[in-house]
Amino acid sequence: MDKIPILRMGRFLLVTIQVDMHDRLALQLQDDLTERIVKDRAQGVLIDISSLEVVDSFIGRMISNIAAMASVLDARTVVVGMQPAVAITLVELGLSLTGVRTALNVDKGMALLREEVAEAGRA
Amino acid sequence: MAVLESSIHPIHSSEDVVRVRQITRERAVAQGFSLVDQTKIVTAASELARNTLEYGGGGEVTVEVLNDGMRKGVRLTFSDKGPGIVDLDLALKDGYTTGGGLGLGLSGARRLSNEFTIDSKPGEGTRVAITRWR
Repeated sequence: MDKIPILRMGRFLLVTIQVDMHDRLALQLQDDLTERIVKDRAQGVLIDISSLEVVDSFIGRMISNIAAMASVLDARTVVVGMQPAVAITLVELGLSLTGVRTALNVDKGMALLREEVAEAGRA
Repeated sequence: MAVLESSIHPIHSSEDVVRVRQITRERAVAQGFSLVDQTKIVTAASELARNTLEYGGGGEVTVEVLNDGMRKGVRLTFSDKGPGIVDLDLALKDGYTTGGGLGLGLSGARRLSNEFTIDSKPGEGTRVAITRWR
């Protein structure tokens, strides 16, 4: 069975979603990420959706679940690379990714995560 | 109005849902839809195809390419012989779900389309048709 690779970048984990996901793959990703956040003591998760031309409510729910689960494990989530047509469609679809910040690309996403982690540290 | 092309595709697995997105994309591109319009109809198709699979117990979609004078469009009709919808008004409300989803499938597909019709009765299955014009 295919698995979505999870890369470690310092204190953060990077997941790049490139394929059309079906239920099993989405659930597997959520499980794998949970394990890795704990195992690597990750403080943030970057979800790269720059290859996704369609984000429907199924994917939206997966992203929200990941963010909620990461939050329980004291990690922040940032979604990067949303395509403009996807952004416009998500608004009209009525999908609001609660608890998920967005950034233009991986670099900016990492900067955002570093900020959030630093703030959390000061609180 | 003329139906230039019509094809029927099964929806019985997640792979079929992927295929429905691909076919919808192909037809939208062929009709000259802008990228945003393509994305809207493919996203709406994805929502409705998933509904057909998860709530309808599987079914099919009829994909039609339309020409209406100057207007070019794509119409998708999703049908299943599942349990049907008990309360249509409730089902069309944002956030209402009987299956643990986000409750955006029907209402979202309607917002993303120019035309939307739904026929459903308990015990008689469900038909949802959406049309997007260029």
